[in-house]
Amino acid sequence: MPRVRSTGRATKPASPDGSVGVSIPKLEAHEKVTGAALYLDDLRVPGMLHGRTVRSTVARGRIRKITLDPAFDWTGVTVADHKDIPGDNVVALIEEDQPLLAAHEIRHAEEPILLLAHESAERVEKALRAVRIEVELLEPVLTVEQALAAKQLLYKDTNIFKEIRIDRGDAASALRSAGVAGTALVEGTYRTGHQEQLYIENNAMLAERTEDGGLLVRGSLQCPYYVHKALMRAFGLPAEKVRVAQTVTGGGFGGKEEYPSMIGGHAALLAWKSGKPVKIVYDRLEDIAATTKRHPSQTRIRSLVDRDGSLLALDIDILMDGGAYVTLSPVVLSRGAIHAAGPYRCANTSIRARAVATSTPPNGAFRGFGAPQTQFAMECHMDRIARQLKLDPLEVRRKNAVREGDVTPTGQVLTESVGAHEVLERTVRRSHYEAKRKRYAQENVAAARAERAGRFDGRGRRVRRGIGLALVYHGAGFTGGGEVKLASLAAIDITPRGRPRILSASTEIGQGTRTIFAQMVGDALGVPAEFVEVETPDTGLVPDSGPTVASRTCMVVGGMLVDAAREMRAELTAFHGAEWSDAPGFERAARRYLAEHGALRAEKRYRRLAELSWDDDTYRGDAYGVFSYAACTVEVEVDLDTGETTLLSVTTAHDIGKAIHPVLATGQIEGGIVQGLGWALLEDVRWKDGRVWNHQLTNYIIPTAVDVPTLDVEIVEIPYSRGPFGAKGVGELPMDAPAPAVVSAIAHATGIQIDEVPVLPEKLLRAHSQASVG
Amino acid sequence: MRAALGELAIARPKTLAEALAEVDPKAHSTPAVPIAGGTDLYVYLNAGTLEAPRFVDLWGLRELRGIRESGEALRLGATTTMSQIREHPLLARRYPALVQAAAEVGGRQIQNRATIAGNIANASPAGDSLPALLAYDAIVQAKSARGGRTLPFESFYQGYRKLALAPGELIVAVDLPPPAARATHFFRKVGTRRAQSISKVVFAGLLRLDRAGLVEQVRLAYGSMAPVPLRARAAEEALLDEKLNAPTVARARAALERDLSPIDDIRSDREYRRQVAGNLLEQFLRLAAKRK
Amino acid sequence: MSEVTLRLTVNGKTHRVRVPPMKRLLDVLRDECKLTGTKEGCGEGECGACTVLIDGRSANSCLVPAVQADGAKILTVEGLSKDGRLSALQRLFVEGGGAQCGICTPGMLVSAHELLARAKGRVPSENEVREALAGNLCRCTGYQKIVDAVRAAARGGRAW
Repeated sequence: MPRVRSTGRATKPASPDGSVGVSIPKLEAHEKVTGAALYLDDLRVPGMLHGRTVRSTVARGRIRKITLDPAFDWTGVTVADHKDIPGDNVVALIEEDQPLLAAHEIRHAEEPILLLAHESAERVEKALRAVRIEVELLEPVLTVEQALAAKQLLYKDTNIFKEIRIDRGDAASALRSAGVAGTALVEGTYRTGHQEQLYIENNAMLAERTEDGGLLVRGSLQCPYYVHKALMRAFGLPAEKVRVAQTVTGGGFGGKEEYPSMIGGHAALLAWKSGKPVKIVYDRLEDIAATTKRHPSQTRIRSLVDRDGSLLALDIDILMDGGAYVTLSPVVLSRGAIHAAGPYRCANTSIRARAVATSTPPNGAFRGFGAPQTQFAMECHMDRIARQLKLDPLEVRRKNAVREGDVTPTGQVLTESVGAHEVLERTVRRSHYEAKRKRYAQENVAAARAERAGRFDGRGRRVRRGIGLALVYHGAGFTGGGEVKLASLAAIDITPRGRPRILSASTEIGQGTRTIFAQMVGDALGVPAEFVEVETPDTGLVPDSGPTVASRTCMVVGGMLVDAAREMRAELTAFHGAEWSDAPGFERAARRYLAEHGALRAEKRYRRLAELSWDDDTYRGDAYGVFSYAACTVEVEVDLDTGETTLLSVTTAHDIGKAIHPVLATGQIEGGIVQGLGWALLEDVRWKDGRVWNHQLTNYIIPTAVDVPTLDVEIVEIPYSRGPFGAKGVGELPMDAPAPAVVSAIAHATGIQIDEVPVLPEKLLRAHSQASVG
Repeated sequence: MRAALGELAIARPKTLAEALAEVDPKAHSTPAVPIAGGTDLYVYLNAGTLEAPRFVDLWGLRELRGIRESGEALRLGATTTMSQIREHPLLARRYPALVQAAAEVGGRQIQNRATIAGNIANASPAGDSLPALLAYDAIVQAKSARGGRTLPFESFYQGYRKLALAPGELIVAVDLPPPAARATHFFRKVGTRRAQSISKVVFAGLLRLDRAGLVEQVRLAYGSMAPVPLRARAAEEALLDEKLNAPTVARARAALERDLSPIDDIRSDREYRRQVAGNLLEQFLRLAAKRK
Repeated sequence: MSEVTLRLTVNGKTHRVRVPPMKRLLDVLRDECKLTGTKEGCGEGECGACTVLIDGRSANSCLVPAVQADGAKILTVEGLSKDGRLSALQRLFVEGGGAQCGICTPGMLVSAHELLARAKGRVPSENEVREALAGNLCRCTGYQKIVDAVRAAARGGRAW
């Protein structure tokens, strides 16, 4: 098993105050910049076979017959189908509806049916073409409207995977009273499409049978224990016979949260049947076509507002497309619903959210997990309110943004660390938003006048500029009682050499888990971060500290590790009789302890915070321990001849409680923002008969370095008393603001409000022509 | 389904004559597919859309490289890369539209390997350099085992991805005649993003006004607007000998509708293309009108 | 099909390999030369994770047939550090957040190396750097820290 050893020669922490808050060199970056880091496809194992997946080419049907072409030489080809599954044919997650391999029914295009493996990758590729599957076609359900009409039933008798209601006050009555002097009714419908996570490393797994009759599965993944649980079910194996270990992972963003259970199960099944190690590495075409995507959404918002912009009532109706199986839709819906009213005060809020089934590949986790979708709607709606009331969008945010003591739609009192106004004002100041709103408005009028008189810019273009704004928030950790249910466990022990070693299932997927854990534990133990080892997230070696998702890694798991470290420090200090002043000192004390007691291990299980309470039935209470806040401005230049939007600048302030490592935290913000910008302008999943049409990188467009401008990021630290060193969550928050800020900027530049993303040039040009005609 | 690369053969000629022998249908029942930079061919092989057992490697042939003057024209060897086009000072001065096209073909990695003949032979209607070659009245030099001939680039495509090359012929060079002096050169590609993208609409224009301000010479060349890259002749006709005023521009734009036949495809739709094509024409004419 | 014997000089070391002639250079580097630093991200020349230098010019090695690398001088990510010492650019990536998940990093470093070598001590503008890296997709960083690291390396004066 590849082990991560600390490389550092440092004997003392980065600064007299420790290394938290200092941007030390990322601990595993050396291997990454030299090409030495081993990703799954870099691994070669003797006797290894290459595995491939035979998939449905139709969206819905019944499998009638499977024929392996007798003219093909099947020697050496392992073939596995659902009958070969030793345990239950299910990918265990929330519900048990998704099979590991389709048995009789096909519920979506690219659904896996058969698995093939051979020593030669070229041979198994040919074998794929020698499989014929006869399918009786059934009518697919390809839109959420069709799903709700329920003429074809895909799930129970409504096609609704989950419905959630959140109510505070009495929105219905308030909206009926619209028309009362000084109030206005504002309505809008907002849409977001699918988005592919597009980690640059495709999904990849390597599975082998172990001598004790079990399985060892290694791969590119975010949550080793999710895969572990799924394999136990599919193979009928006890926990100790299944071992899942993470290899260096080239990006996840949620796309490797639950999907690895599927590909891991497939590699394992081929290894089970063939008795040989089996590697499955998707190529890009397969990965885009077959794996999970961001849930598309449509959200209708009706609001009653005061003339000064105050929100009096909100009625929000959310529809999400879950695809063919439940997977994580209930949880995505939950987070989306809870965030749907944005970081604003509104006494009367009614939220209804539904996730429905369609005959498309199941959607799943993608950074933000429902909150980008619903906050896109709310932020666009706040702009609509501003337009209707002839106020600046900033005014409407200032009027309604929450402060300490305000109450959310679920009835949660925001008791501390509420940075909404802080991030808003800092972003506005840094970006010169107010001056630019005025200036661009004037320049655009002047440009239009000049063009009518036959004068254009130096390149003969017709362009307009604008600046837009968004304000968002994001709860850290699992929703409601989720963390309690997870009951995560994290530990620290001492290696034989006398070094502290972190034992957790939290994976390094680029975001900096390894480094910030080492910094936090190092500070808690009084040693340099480089001195702390971080064990590979391998279920054979680490406890289940929960999945690497939900912006919980630093705040929740990091918090548990800091507690464990403090306990270890107390134990070791008591034994040693003194503190240590550097790493060698710690090492000496630790080795003495081991010599006397054999082992030293401090473990912490997640404990519910006494001040938090949540009711899953009524959806009321404290949804998260704390929220992080962000504001973002985006400046654009729109070319009226082509509908293209050029990003001129992005400015943002993010309140994350505490930046454990400022460079890594800023890196998370910058990366998330660019994913949000891509979602806003470029990323569009196109469908043909329920299949992804643009499943190549030439056709699924993500931003290049030329597509995005300099990013100006300010970190605001309003500490959370329950977060390690004051830290809250940062991983997903950056995804929430950019898209509505872009739409807002385009509206400012052109006068056109496009209520959906991506704002493709085709859409913008069409809307512009229609507006010009009218 | 990826092609089985392990089963493919490739001939490695040391001279052009040897290469021509490899593609000669009289010498081989399965003539070899020529490969230079491979930036299109390997994409097809990866996607499994090219079934060809035999290739011939042109990349290293010295006879196909180099940019030199040939009489009054500039002759680009067939395997001149987009990077070489970008970096050639004479090209930048005389044929800016082609140089700009070369800079937008893809990222650096693609530009270092993509060749001018490859762009022509791939015959995608979206090929970025092709409208520029049309605007500059490029001439293709072709050779076979039996001799050579000259083909004007404007009649190089007989239909969608159908080259006017006879079996056994290879493109060996592309000649660029001297362009008109005092002309406005224009190139614009509207792609799926700002870099590394396939074009939705690509346009190259050349226009010269006489001393009276009348259009003396004009070339309007489009890609991604028809099954082949082409010159918008009706629009050119509407401009010739006219002053560049609003009525002329409107007539040219209306005439454009007769020249172009955009489609809906994976990247864009016909209405968008139609609008943008007309808008780019107008942008070009605005610039041309400013030049005295 | 028949294999051919080729000589590739990779990072200054000559490799004699026997491979199918149309095998991708990417696979020859990873399989025969056992240099797995160069990655496959798409197989279509879009992502740049497979970027290497061939005779000083960057190329997507997933689009290059092995025969065309015969006799060529190839630089991969493994050749950027000398005797275990990181280049200034590599060091700046490590310290400045230029590498998050790291899968794009090898290709990104090679492309940046080409830019810095051709800039010959001049500090390229932010736009120049972005343009030079347009063929290297990154999903983690948003590019800012990569661009900053490349410019900082240029200011340091050396590609090595």
